[in-house]
Amino acid sequence: MTHYKICLWIAVCTTLFLWTSLGYTQGPTAPSNVVAKDTPNDDGTSITITWDVPADGSGIVGYNILSSIDEADFTQIGEQLSLEDVIDTKTNICNYQDTTVSRLNAFTYIIQAVTESGDTIQSQQTESVRPKAQIFHTGKIPLFLAMLLFSAAIVGNIYYVRSGREVFVRRIPGLEAVDEAIGRATEMGRSILYVLGLGGVSNVATIASMTILGQVARRTADYETPLRVPCNDPIVLNVVREMVKTSYLDEGRPDAYSEDNIFFLTESQFAYAAGVDGMMLREKPAAIFLQGTFYAESLILAETGNSIGAIQIAGTDSEAQLPFFIAACDYTLIGEELYAASAYLSKEPMLLGSLRGQDWGKLFIFGLIIVGVILELSGINWITTLLQNVR
Amino acid sequence: MQLLGIWVAAFLTLCIYSFLYKDNPLYRFAEHLFVGISVGYGIVLSIHQGFLPLAWKPFWEAITFQDTSGFWVIIPIAFGLLFFARLSPRHTWLIRYPIAILIGYGSGIAIPNVLRANIFEQTRGTLEPFGKIARETVAANGNIIPPLTPFEIVGAILMVIGVVCTLTYFFFSVEHRGPIKGLSKVGIAFLMIGFGSAFGNTVMGRVALLIQRMDFLMFDWIASIGTIFSSIF
Repeated sequence: MTHYKICLWIAVCTTLFLWTSLGYTQGPTAPSNVVAKDTPNDDGTSITITWDVPADGSGIVGYNILSSIDEADFTQIGEQLSLEDVIDTKTNICNYQDTTVSRLNAFTYIIQAVTESGDTIQSQQTESVRPKAQIFHTGKIPLFLAMLLFSAAIVGNIYYVRSGREVFVRRIPGLEAVDEAIGRATEMGRSILYVLGLGGVSNVATIASMTILGQVARRTADYETPLRVPCNDPIVLNVVREMVKTSYLDEGRPDAYSEDNIFFLTESQFAYAAGVDGMMLREKPAAIFLQGTFYAESLILAETGNSIGAIQIAGTDSEAQLPFFIAACDYTLIGEELYAASAYLSKEPMLLGSLRGQDWGKLFIFGLIIVGVILELSGINWITTLLQNVR
Repeated sequence: MQLLGIWVAAFLTLCIYSFLYKDNPLYRFAEHLFVGISVGYGIVLSIHQGFLPLAWKPFWEAITFQDTSGFWVIIPIAFGLLFFARLSPRHTWLIRYPIAILIGYGSGIAIPNVLRANIFEQTRGTLEPFGKIARETVAANGNIIPPLTPFEIVGAILMVIGVVCTLTYFFFSVEHRGPIKGLSKVGIAFLMIGFGSAFGNTVMGRVALLIQRMDFLMFDWIASIGTIFSSIF
């Protein structure tokens, strides 16, 4: 019996020793589950490779990504990647996006694990993948639905106003001063300077500013007051000329329109500011409109306008520049007041309906915030998760 | 050559600063030089970074059959050329086509991005702190974030009040009377506090720019006068 126990102990200890030794001498294992797939929702310029996170104590400190184009030899892409570079802590999976690919070729990958001692061990090669471009970005569906919702609200309200119903628009002091400014310039026999800022033709504030300019031009056409518009973008210049010309034609005063008064100055920010400042000092306009997108030149323009005693009406959606306009101008349209201005001035059904539709959108956000706060406090966070997933 | 550069820069700096006194020929010289150089530079830049690589090179490669895919650029080039229709009074109306494409394309690109960045992201930023008031959360990198401190809770509540009241101020189709008037007044107060802090912050930045220019005039320019004198005598 004693002899049997001794044999049993020897067997157990040997097994334990062998098992422990094996554990300590175990080398790094090859990266497993290596899969290469075309990256979804892109223009066909990347492939995503995923593989399992290495086990603790495997000794792996990084990875090399090897790729082969159309079954040719494998070459390394870029530098060696650290574990932090590739491990996604949310999904606990390693991934790498190869952005060096082309839609014309097929790509195969091998992941090479690198140990502390510099040894490498390779995975099996992946299936061959050809990157594809997707027409629709499925991640943008929530954004698309939101756009549809807002668009429906605006279109519905446009039809509402077109049906002849009255829409109330609250008083915007800066816009009520437009007539006063134009009248003052007319009485003094001086020009009006309209500055559209530095935005391009696709900038929302520039588009809003051009619409206001159209309304201002209607009044200057009536009063025969010179309207000077220095532009900093050649395309904006062409659009502005068209708009002002149309306004003069609509008022039946094509003879009063002068194309020379709408001109290109320069595209450079501070050269434009210097040029406009010089014009202000030399021409001494009685009214200055600063409407659009502005950057660091805002205070330079507004201060110079103030120094010559012109009535100044500013409006921008550039939050950082609004304080300067508020400090140096007589009236300032803050952010969305700039977008509302065209509807306020023209009273056109389409613009009024659009304004009312935007208010509906704001009401929706208002409600979303109140409901969202209550849900978040109750530990339900699906609204923030949904908003986070909108790309 | 470096000395000449310092003197030209100092001279033009002083010309521009002379505007602080009043409009004068020196300022006008610097202004016209600045505008002229910037326009010239802009034209050269447009030719080298726009026209040559994006229009001329693909077009040339297409007509010499090096890369026939370049024939596609004929479509945007044709639309671009319509801008020159302005030169002919009878065909001026053609300019409306490229303008319509540009505004349509620009709005299509800008509006979804504005909606996402200015509405969805801002709304999420306003709501998110309320989910962290009483419990720990896990960050994207796996770290545990402790519940908000009392100071942060007050900040989150103030943010919601500020957003709701400011939003009320921007309702245009509703008369601002009664509670709406009260909310919008609080909203405008929040706006003014924000503008005040932005004003102070930017003025600090502008003062830093002034100091930098003064530093250039006092140490680079005046030091260069010493260098000239020492080399003469």
